[in-house]
Amino acid sequence: MIDILSKRYLYFAISLLVIVPGIVLLALNGLPLSIDFTGGSLLEVQFETGKTPETAALVTLYEEAGINDAQITATESGSLQIRSSFLSNEVRDSILTAMKEKSGSEVAVIRFDSVGPSIGKQVASRAALAVAVAALAVVIYITAAFRKVPNAFRYGVCAIIAMVHDVAVVFSVAGIGALLFDWQIDALFLTALLTVIGFSVQDKVVVFDRIRENSNLLRKLEYEKLVNHSIVQTLQRSINTQLMTVEFLLLALALFGGVTLQEFSVILLVGLFSGTYSSIFVAAPILVLWEKREWTRWFKRAEAAQ
Amino acid sequence: MIRNLTNRIIVIVLIVLVALWIDFSRQINVLNPLNDETLIKRDLTPRLGLDLQGGLQVLLEADLPADAQIDSAQMEIAREIVQQRTDALGVNENNIQVAGDRRIVGEFPGLEDAESVLAIIQQTGLLEFVDTGDFSPEKGVTLETDYNQALPPAEGETVYHTIMTGADLKTVAVQPNSLGTSYVINFELSSKGADIFAQHTAANVGKHLTIVLDKQVISSPVINEAIPSGQGSISGDFTYESANAFAIQLRYGSLPIPLKIVETRIIGPTLGADSLDKSLMAGLIGMLIVALFMVIYYRMPGVVAVVSILIYASVAFAVFKWFHFTLTLPGIAGFLLSTGAALDANILIFERMKEELRNGKNLSQAIDQGWSRAWSSIRDSNLSTIITSVILFWFGSTFGATIVKGFSITLALGVLISLFTAIYVTRTLLALVLKSFKFDNLERWFGI
Repeated sequence: MIDILSKRYLYFAISLLVIVPGIVLLALNGLPLSIDFTGGSLLEVQFETGKTPETAALVTLYEEAGINDAQITATESGSLQIRSSFLSNEVRDSILTAMKEKSGSEVAVIRFDSVGPSIGKQVASRAALAVAVAALAVVIYITAAFRKVPNAFRYGVCAIIAMVHDVAVVFSVAGIGALLFDWQIDALFLTALLTVIGFSVQDKVVVFDRIRENSNLLRKLEYEKLVNHSIVQTLQRSINTQLMTVEFLLLALALFGGVTLQEFSVILLVGLFSGTYSSIFVAAPILVLWEKREWTRWFKRAEAAQ
Repeated sequence: MIRNLTNRIIVIVLIVLVALWIDFSRQINVLNPLNDETLIKRDLTPRLGLDLQGGLQVLLEADLPADAQIDSAQMEIAREIVQQRTDALGVNENNIQVAGDRRIVGEFPGLEDAESVLAIIQQTGLLEFVDTGDFSPEKGVTLETDYNQALPPAEGETVYHTIMTGADLKTVAVQPNSLGTSYVINFELSSKGADIFAQHTAANVGKHLTIVLDKQVISSPVINEAIPSGQGSISGDFTYESANAFAIQLRYGSLPIPLKIVETRIIGPTLGADSLDKSLMAGLIGMLIVALFMVIYYRMPGVVAVVSILIYASVAFAVFKWFHFTLTLPGIAGFLLSTGAALDANILIFERMKEELRNGKNLSQAIDQGWSRAWSSIRDSNLSTIITSVILFWFGSTFGATIVKGFSITLALGVLISLFTAIYVTRTLLALVLKSFKFDNLERWFGI
């Protein structure tokens, strides 16, 4: 039987390698929060071919309307996305009229989002609450579901540690995406994040369930071997469910789905993969580490090295 | 082995037939064969979300201090008023809902002219009783009145006299008329209103008293007799719904709570159509690959799983249609993910089954064991997904984030339905196949 658990410190290192760069990016550049959380406006417009005005001209146009923070990016399809502080409907109308006059072209509004600053803040705090409540609900649920196993609480905690790992991976991806593709953290990102949390726990439960079953059948086996045994037994299912089915569905969405869903599907793709990875390579190893109280040995090793 | 195999198959066939019927019809009418009365009538036109067909979404918030207590009944009245005012615009399928305790979210699919909606939502709601003499204006016509006149009237335009405003109404109630064929609206006026009304009706029997909301005619009844008591009734060709709607307008001509727009989202129709086509295509491609994988890897059980997933998809789609869920992009994603959960249940069972086969169990033992052993992990893992969906739904509904709501509903319902198909449908089908064929070559049929 494959010995997965013995290399556990290597897996922890790999996880850190994935998590740290993105988180550092986020720490340096700040969270790329969208107007869903900060308040503000996003106006996407399409001009007739060849009549798209210079960005500088548009910025001036916004300034004339009293908005001094307009940021303009061109999309692949040739439309312009203009982000700015909150636009009331009157201001938006005056800006659109001015755009038509200045460019001499019809201006089609592809998308307009405008979120008041107060509501944005409330959404952000409520979102943090939603994630916290979800985490708490999950610990309680797992502890209850595994109450007949010794140290049931550990399973809940390990599931949460692995969940935090997955959340960190998702944020890391968002940080890298923000740098490379100008991604933003918006309501859809939040939906993806909460889904990752849900499925991460779902995956832990499957592996833990096997440990639960085996600990009844194979009482005499050493704990590390027991856990390793359980992982190997569920490995085929993990690969088939995650890689072959769910990830394929998401990959199809990411590659062929509409623009709106691309960021969403990539986040889910990475997040759900991480959810499966962390069951095998984070949650289960930590269970073993806890059982063996390995942190006492870290200390000794450090002493010996000196 | 399963007992009552025939019964189970009949149940499944019935469910699938009903599901397919709902999936492929736009409207369902079931008549009672004995007396031809309508038993079930349901409109099943699929509803596309704003992100798929374009449109306008506005979030309105009570324009009151943050710590002010807001009566939920008043919010509901405000919602009804917004609904009625926008219905009058002739906008189709608009959907106005209270979100949380101080917000109302309004969605207007397919609408591009945001301004008219925004204007009508924010109008003040001034109700007037206007003396139009012998003239009976049509519903919806704009009248010029002399109440609070802001601008001098245009040349040649008739200005009608406002007798009193909605401020003088004390109570309004809807009741069936004496014959029980239609409904009337009874009203009672304040004492000041009663005096004005008594004088006016006595002097103008046979003339029209036109009721105007924000200068637009709502109805123009004839004064049949003098009304000295300050109590009167308005009759017309009212159904209960239309009478009730009218009564609300009379009662709360103006919004009980001031509203302001805190969020506006406009999605152009091209972006929406593009997203729908691409995402449906993507979903199909993904499903096809997954189906191929299942069949190649799991062989005969794989085929059964694919059939069971198809049944799952048709049942889930029928449920979404029946309950008028709006189809949104995240909704499609949620549906795909719950399909993943449905597959996971099948895979868990099949892996367990293969293990039992390798341990030397015979086929029917292996199937039974596979099911009973996999059940605890399927149950516990799916429950955790449902817990998160519920939290998402709660988050989405307080902020009128219909996108988040759509995702969580399809995910949660999808997971529930997938539990049913994995446990009931796959198992029954597999038992049926086992009964009908003899599998002597496990390697070929089960991939072992």
